[in-house]
Amino acid sequence: MILWAIVALPLLAALFAALPRTERYVLPVTFGCAFGVLVLTTVACGFVLRDGHTVAIAQWVGLDGFAALLELLIAFVLTTATLYSWGYIAATERSALRIRLYAANLNLFAFSLLAIPLVVEPGLAWIAVELTTLFSVLLVSFDNTREALEAAWKYMTITLVGATAAVLGFLVLFWAMRSAGDVTFTYSELALVAPRLAPSIVAVAFFLIVVGFGAKVGFVPLHTWLPDAHSQAPSPVCALLSGIETSAVLYVIVRLMPVFRAAPLLHADLWLLVIGLIAAGVAAFLIVQTRDYKRLFAFSTVEHMGIICFAVGLGTAAAAYAAVWQMAAHALTKSFCFYAGGGALAATGTRTIAEVRGLVGRAPLAAGALFVGALAVAGAPPFAVFVSEFAVARAGFASAHVAVVLLFLFFVGVAFFGLVGHVMHMIFGPPKAPRSDAHTYRLPVPARAAIVIAAIPVVVLGLWTPAPLAALLAASSAALGR
Amino acid sequence: MIGESLLTPAQEQANSLVLGLFLLTAFGMTVARQVQATLLAFVAQSLLLACSSLVLGLHPLSVHLLALTAVTLAGKVLLIPWLLRRIVPDAVYSRRELSQPVNITTSLLIAMALAIAAYFFSVALLAPGTPVLSAGNVSIGFAGLLVGWYQVAVRNEALPQLLGILAMENSAFLAGIAMAPDFPLIAELAIAFDVPLLALIVGLLTRALQERVGSTDVGALIRLREGGEP
Repeated sequence: MILWAIVALPLLAALFAALPRTERYVLPVTFGCAFGVLVLTTVACGFVLRDGHTVAIAQWVGLDGFAALLELLIAFVLTTATLYSWGYIAATERSALRIRLYAANLNLFAFSLLAIPLVVEPGLAWIAVELTTLFSVLLVSFDNTREALEAAWKYMTITLVGATAAVLGFLVLFWAMRSAGDVTFTYSELALVAPRLAPSIVAVAFFLIVVGFGAKVGFVPLHTWLPDAHSQAPSPVCALLSGIETSAVLYVIVRLMPVFRAAPLLHADLWLLVIGLIAAGVAAFLIVQTRDYKRLFAFSTVEHMGIICFAVGLGTAAAAYAAVWQMAAHALTKSFCFYAGGGALAATGTRTIAEVRGLVGRAPLAAGALFVGALAVAGAPPFAVFVSEFAVARAGFASAHVAVVLLFLFFVGVAFFGLVGHVMHMIFGPPKAPRSDAHTYRLPVPARAAIVIAAIPVVVLGLWTPAPLAALLAASSAALGR
Repeated sequence: MIGESLLTPAQEQANSLVLGLFLLTAFGMTVARQVQATLLAFVAQSLLLACSSLVLGLHPLSVHLLALTAVTLAGKVLLIPWLLRRIVPDAVYSRRELSQPVNITTSLLIAMALAIAAYFFSVALLAPGTPVLSAGNVSIGFAGLLVGWYQVAVRNEALPQLLGILAMENSAFLAGIAMAPDFPLIAELAIAFDVPLLALIVGLLTRALQERVGSTDVGALIRLREGGEP
């Protein structure tokens, strides 16, 4: 029952946006619904912690530990993103129709995101992932500039081509399953029959799914659309895209890892390790050379997805725990960074790093948030990303991959100095007046509130993990590990 | 082909004809210069997908495949062309794409090479003796997927790129109906909801491009890149 309510709330809000003359209330209502989703998800997580799982329809819809963790992260980012959107739209948008379009799209996007962890049937998960693309394309192009349209087009083409490869991957996987005499297509059942599946067919499914969904996660070299889309979209949408959408798609891949690991000679772990390392490495150097601060955070997302992938590829229980930590830390920290970036954009009207100097004098809240966000996302202690990256390195040293882990640490170091260096240049230094044609505005109260609320877990989680969250993380890593 | 067939000889023959034509439409979509011609080739291809699933679904009778036939006809053959014609301005359809990076003869040769590669790949895939309704569907499906992918890469106009994605999806399902005729719901749901939505959104985006940029030549959209103008 509660699971149905979680997906019903955003749909209701989308319907509300379809009504005429609702433009003044629709974003507060959206926020209210998102907050409702957060409360309901917290309750559902309580059930999951008590019983191990909660089921709406057996073999189709339900939550287990890992799914509940992701659902909770989605709900939290959604809450802050809708709150920020409320302020953002109030300050920048006058057209009633466009406000309602934005709200309707945002809610539908929220619905598709929330649906990904809720479905336990991989085919339905594919549909949910496809819907996240379709519902977010018009959010990416919302500014309707040439650049935004270009970003939306690239985003759509690359991820949809990937989705088509992935759907064939799921069909092939089902084919393997049905040839082994089982037609209950769920993650858990797949893991159960995995040793009996024809290895060559599982290998084909693996490559189709990893390449196909990898395009959406941002695996190098399929990442080219990601900095475009994640920088051109309105900041709250960037927070959702970068903070949680990529992780949600990666979740579907790693959920299938028990199946791929069972196939002899496929070496699924090694593939993920290599893919993750390449993504982290390439992203680290892209971070150093970029000139646009929203692209900076987008490249950092490519890096973080690489780190999660790398940790999953290490394959030990400790690494699995580090991977889910990284997923949680990334979602909370990256969304916060984009709100801070949105604050800087509002104060200066430019996305170019070199044109922003002395932000601390012009917009103290945005500057402070950027300062904390950059340190947190780069992995400085005592923030959550530091904890997870440290855990990844420790798990790596404990396994047989010492040389690879040293390389990994080098990439993390490069990314750290790139990120922190760029952002410190923006915050300090002699203040620079914005260009006369720049569109600046004072950040409205809801957006400020979103920044403050999003900051809380970023600061707290590195120092203290609440017991229920720790239990969820442990349950998630159990689902992920061997 | 490999493995024992479950189909009657009449079904085999009808399906083979459909599959041959399917591959032909994939080539046609890749090289047709006019946007309107590409759209027509896509409609023909979707019709052929519906035919294949009808032929395979008649005996032994499969409700899944017949349902797939129905939603393919309704969604891809009727709804998508109607949506695209309605949303996208007429000027786009008569446009001829003159500036493809690869000329048509070369394109055709590349597409054929991809199809042949897909054939050998699918033979290897079918070798373990995993049961399949029609091996031809798997070969042509993989071939269509690669040719469709090539189409997305080589076409510069917005709509032919989109139709390339939809052609890839047609091919994936062409292989899918032979591999997993009872696949739970996904194909039907995807075609019934995702695909029309996709056409709607691409249509809106294409119209925005036409209005805002003055062209739907998406190959010319190269402003966003590293080290570009700040």
